[in-house]
Amino acid sequence: MFLADVVGTVVSPVQIAVLEREKLLLLRPVTPDGRATGKTRIGIDRAQAGLGDRVLVIDEGNSARQMLGCPEGALKTVVVGVVDYVELGGSLSYDHRERRPLEELGA
Amino acid sequence: MYLARVIGRVVATTKYAGLEAVPLQWIQPLDETGADMGAALVAAAVVSTGPGDLVHFVDGREGALACPETFVPVDAAIVGFVEEAAVLGREIGWEER
Repeated sequence: MFLADVVGTVVSPVQIAVLEREKLLLLRPVTPDGRATGKTRIGIDRAQAGLGDRVLVIDEGNSARQMLGCPEGALKTVVVGVVDYVELGGSLSYDHRERRPLEELGA
Repeated sequence: MYLARVIGRVVATTKYAGLEAVPLQWIQPLDETGADMGAALVAAAVVSTGPGDLVHFVDGREGALACPETFVPVDAAIVGFVEEAAVLGREIGWEER
């Protein structure tokens, strides 16, 4: 699992059946201290997350299939939690209560 | 899953049994700015798409699971056509259209 910032939304009217009616979010993985890292992904939202949230993401097929109750589905990336705060070396490196200006997410 | 743009087609008359009906397409993964992210790759087009389309694809074993026949040698599959990808309210991925 890793942390990511929700930077956008994806609308897909034509897709495989298991993805229908799922909300898709554009996710930018971040390091524990909040710097962007790795490849931008698209994840299925199962945590009622929204733009600007820092979220917990699992990018592994079996877990995703188990979560969505679909043993044969081509599922991989799922948002499984919204992060309240991250503690790193004794201090908070992220706090959801400090409302970050969305511009900080600017691509 | 990743965002990508279809940049071309690949035609292979002789394919592994089970993949005959699955078109292959070149896709270029995109980041959240709409810029190229990594190298282009060939993906099985499970959802009908064509060059220029914005799509999302799944990689790894899940690529094969998306195909009509699931025990096939596929490691990337286009699983959806993307109508709109928005970052902070700004649409991305359509600059070249």
